[in-house]
Amino acid sequence: MKIEDLVQALQLEVKCGKDYLNREVTGGYTGDLLSDVMGNAREGYIWITRQVHQNIVAVASLKELAGIILINSCQPAPDTLEKAEAEKIPVMVSGLPAFEISGQIYNLLTLAG
Amino acid sequence: MRKELSDACQKLKIPVGEPNQNLYNGSFTIEGGNFNCAGIVSTSIKSILQKLGIPGDLVRKAAIVSYEAEINVVSYAKKAVVNLMVVPGSVNIEVIDEGPGIPNIELAMQEGWSTADQRIREMGFGAGMGLCNIKNYSDEFHISSEIGKGTHLKMIIQTP
Repeated sequence: MKIEDLVQALQLEVKCGKDYLNREVTGGYTGDLLSDVMGNAREGYIWITRQVHQNIVAVASLKELAGIILINSCQPAPDTLEKAEAEKIPVMVSGLPAFEISGQIYNLLTLAG
Repeated sequence: MRKELSDACQKLKIPVGEPNQNLYNGSFTIEGGNFNCAGIVSTSIKSILQKLGIPGDLVRKAAIVSYEAEINVVSYAKKAVVNLMVVPGSVNIEVIDEGPGIPNIELAMQEGWSTADQRIREMGFGAGMGLCNIKNYSDEFHISSEIGKGTHLKMIIQTP
């Protein structure tokens, strides 16, 4: 499943990285502790978080995550978007809380096999 | 000559490189307290290792350990020097900071233990996982610290 499929199915608002939405999503990880994500997410995962500051971009980029989904309509900081565009990391926003968006993504990825 | 060099290096514990292989030896500095620049050194290290043709999973390991070390410097120290040395067989990352030092390393190595303040925690740092990640993702990890002076980390990642 690609990021653009998630965007469409979950009506995510794409804040940046529109050119990289054809990236394959191999799994997901939900968390707001950066070291937790650093230690436990895997390359190609979509990251669900409510952190909006620019350090999330470094984590996503270093871990080669597929992209970042911000929950509860949290808006990314301006320098987060700037950095994410430069690092080619798509950042999207969902109106749903972490539990719900994670569950939906889990279902989509599992059904997609 | 080569044998003599190798013996001398062994005495000095300097890894010996094949003369024609693509090695790297360089240093970076990290400024403490500046979260806006956090990750820049790790990103540089990652891109250097990629250019050297180090396998992707090992590059990611190096990126994780250097990022965690970088965040520790930004969170707690005044500044640090990072030495990156790539030789055939291993990637060696050394982080030498000028900072408060760690009073109890055993305690600091425990997952969940952290002395981070509220500001650091609000950003999602200071979960007490940084040193654990460094240990878990490096093949060899050495830490030493002196109160009032600073902390010295050495991480080795083996390469084929």
